[in-house]
Amino acid sequence: MSDHDKDEHGHELSNVPDEAVTDDLYPNPGLPEHHWRPTDVDPKAERRAERQVATLFLLSVVCTVLFVVSYFTFQVGDDWDTIGGFGASNLTLGLSLSGALLFIGIGIIQLARKLMADKEIVEYRHPSASSEADRAEALTALNTGIDESGIGRRPLVRNTMLGAVGLVGVTAIIPLWDLGPKPNQVGPGKKYDYPGAGIENTIWTAGMRVVRDVTGTPIRPADMEIGDLINGEPAGIFNGGPDGEPLEGVVLQINKSKGAVVVVRMEPDEIIPAEGRENWAVDGIICYSKICTHVGCPISLYERTTHHLLCPCHQSTFDLSDSARVVFGPAARALPQLPLGVDEEGYLIATAPFDEPVGPSYWERG
Amino acid sequence: MDTTKVATSNTTTAATTKKKNRVGAVAGWADDRLGLAALGKKQLRKVFPDHWSFMLGEIALWSFVVLLLTGVFLTLWFNPSMGEVAYDGSYDQLRGIEMSEAYASSLHISFDVRGGLLMRQMHHWAAMLFVASMMVHLLRVFFTGAFRKPRELNWVIGCLLLILGTLEGFTGYSLPDDLLSGTGVRAADGFIKASPVVGTYMSFLLFGGEFPGEAIIPRLFTVHVLLIPGLLLALIAAHMLLLVYHKHTQWPGPGRTEQNVVGYPMLPVYAAKAGGFFFIVFGITAMMGALLTINPVWKYGPYDPSKVTAGSQPDWYMGWPDGALRIMPGLESEIFGYTISWNVMLPILILPIVMFIILLLLPFLDAWITGDKRDHHLLERPRNAPTRTALMVALMTMYGLFWAAGGNDIIAITLHASINQITYFMRAAVIIGPIIAFFITRRWCISLQRKDNETVLHGYETGIIMRSPEGGYSEKHLPLPESKAYALTARDRDPVPNGLPSGGTDANGVPAPEGGRLAGLRHRLRTLYYADNAQKPTPEELAEGHHHAEHEHELQTGMDGHAADGHQFDGHHLVEDEHLRDPHH
Repeated sequence: MSDHDKDEHGHELSNVPDEAVTDDLYPNPGLPEHHWRPTDVDPKAERRAERQVATLFLLSVVCTVLFVVSYFTFQVGDDWDTIGGFGASNLTLGLSLSGALLFIGIGIIQLARKLMADKEIVEYRHPSASSEADRAEALTALNTGIDESGIGRRPLVRNTMLGAVGLVGVTAIIPLWDLGPKPNQVGPGKKYDYPGAGIENTIWTAGMRVVRDVTGTPIRPADMEIGDLINGEPAGIFNGGPDGEPLEGVVLQINKSKGAVVVVRMEPDEIIPAEGRENWAVDGIICYSKICTHVGCPISLYERTTHHLLCPCHQSTFDLSDSARVVFGPAARALPQLPLGVDEEGYLIATAPFDEPVGPSYWERG
Repeated sequence: MDTTKVATSNTTTAATTKKKNRVGAVAGWADDRLGLAALGKKQLRKVFPDHWSFMLGEIALWSFVVLLLTGVFLTLWFNPSMGEVAYDGSYDQLRGIEMSEAYASSLHISFDVRGGLLMRQMHHWAAMLFVASMMVHLLRVFFTGAFRKPRELNWVIGCLLLILGTLEGFTGYSLPDDLLSGTGVRAADGFIKASPVVGTYMSFLLFGGEFPGEAIIPRLFTVHVLLIPGLLLALIAAHMLLLVYHKHTQWPGPGRTEQNVVGYPMLPVYAAKAGGFFFIVFGITAMMGALLTINPVWKYGPYDPSKVTAGSQPDWYMGWPDGALRIMPGLESEIFGYTISWNVMLPILILPIVMFIILLLLPFLDAWITGDKRDHHLLERPRNAPTRTALMVALMTMYGLFWAAGGNDIIAITLHASINQITYFMRAAVIIGPIIAFFITRRWCISLQRKDNETVLHGYETGIIMRSPEGGYSEKHLPLPESKAYALTARDRDPVPNGLPSGGTDANGVPAPEGGRLAGLRHRLRTLYYADNAQKPTPEELAEGHHHAEHEHELQTGMDGHAADGHQFDGHHLVEDEHLRDPHH
């Protein structure tokens, strides 16, 4: 099939049975006979199809006009509830754009189905591989090229070149090192220092008040009923700046992502204190990191009767009465606990920072 | 054939170059400079076979074009910055609130740019369509054996497109910096930190310091609008070029063989249909953008690392690794003072990579097991490769179960069931489910093969019940039309696994030719691969079947031409005026 893999008379050739398929139970019946469509033989049907297609294109034009009209008619804003909750501008722009496009698409396909020649034709396939002669020639060329380059005979040149080219990729990788500070460069007294800096640190210090996360107001033990949960933050994010101003920007976000806590109150005798944590609660008020030890989602779904805290991301569940140990889910470690105390004015404070890094595990965590 | 009745629009003679026309002049001008005639003469009338399932890849292609167009529109307003601003746009509920410029500009696009919300929603819907249609297209290619030689490399390119498309989706929905997308980025930081040795460094480099930093949104933006789209474009071009070079596969049927391709020419029919289909995909995306809300970022509020919403879930195509993450037991070890988070590493870092490698290698695995080195251009029905079909259904089942596990909280709420029990169930189901699915699918395919053979040998059921003189009842069968019988049997017989496993000897003590444990494994796999498959009838069986049918037919002569002969169903004659019983009786 060298010269006629593609020809206009392919459909006739196709009726020749194919020798390659020897296992046919039936002879190849060849392509079914072509049937003329009504639009091929009936000028009336042809004209009708023409009108249909033209109408579709005209409908598209109408939709385009509607699009322009709606663009200038309907204003956007937060009154996006108009027209069935869709928003007038969004709905009219979208539907008119949709119509403008769909009518073109349907029109073209209708044109192809009804009016374009619909005779299937046959094309012969090439083998994907080149001919043996071409292969041999290419191989010869390749070998000649390699030979003339002398690379094969000069291993010193070849190896140093391969080594150099391989190594030059390093120049693309190494500069990525400056994408950000390294973990060991961030922390108190290090190159990158800011309140709460360092993966193993938070802004919490001994004596820092636990405050409500939105308002920043401190909490008295008496403010909390049994079963209450307060989303807390370190007071430092509201007054931890160099001159006692609130943190902002990146430093604020970083500290929220590490310092956030949950404060809950339960019956004091329900708490099973871990060794060395006997005095970490105040009248049944106990405080844990809010950041899941799994992959770092903030946790807030609290079930007061069981003291279970559930992470909404991957459903790790922690028992807050029992050192927030994992009772269910993919997390492997308990939530770090913040030792609580009360300052002279009677507000809840941390008596010490977290004694372990908060948030998801990492290699160097240990 | 009488062509005199043919409408004037369909000329019967070939176009000639006698008269110079405008098209010819333009083509000549271009060819003088570009020399495209050689290419054009081959490709302009290139044949594309027609089948609805060949359209799935087209949906992916066109939704990618929609993504490019709507995406460019969005970049005109989107500000990929994490700098803080107080929102002062039209959306009342958030006015005055501090947020990143990325989120503020997303709100601006949604509420203060006419058509902005439409473009955002179209962009998101098109992304869903893009990934979904790639997946369905991949299944089509696998189930029909279209990945076989010479198309294995195009399968590999397709897999790369799928994973890049998924990453493109993830980087895209992280950009608005709303509470939901920020939660996703927070989890991604947890995944990165779980990488052994380099995890913490990778996290610090990517985020420009401690999470969340202020670098991640601009960096994801560059990846989203430049790096991955560039790779996608290049790979799509390669995918299309290979498609053109190999010519499209086709279903077996009358006149369709391994050596030819039958269908409509590129110009005009295929170009018109494909081009028209672009407008349809575009138009449907526009309709979805107009009518279906997607990712209403204004409802979530700006990202705050200390807040989260219940039911936080990624876009659906990220659901399956998230499900694996949810059902993974909480394992973590500490070795020499270093932490290895198996609970994160296994489901989210290792499992997807392993699954992706399996996907990439499927064509090569299939070829290795079958030992098939021939070119294949005719598609196989899924039933005619029962083991292969069952393998993909098993993988689909695993995918589906992982995906369902990614919504275990939603399932628990909807069914009022215990999330713990659902999770325990899923842990077992992701392993047992695929195994069950494999065996059911395999037997199902084999049953369908037998059914095909039955139809070829004994004809199709007419629905006519015959009563014999002895009073026995039987259903009348009629032979299939020739074209159908040909299409049904136009498939290869499975090779009979011969040879012996390595180290074995045959009855005469001759050792098996191939050596090595690998050859033995391959032999066993090949035996399992073809075991129990129903082969198409042999010519002898067919002759016997026909003989049997003729015998039956003889018994029923006298029926021919009447309502009871069943031939009205294959169009041999009409029976409007006939009655099986005398109506006056």
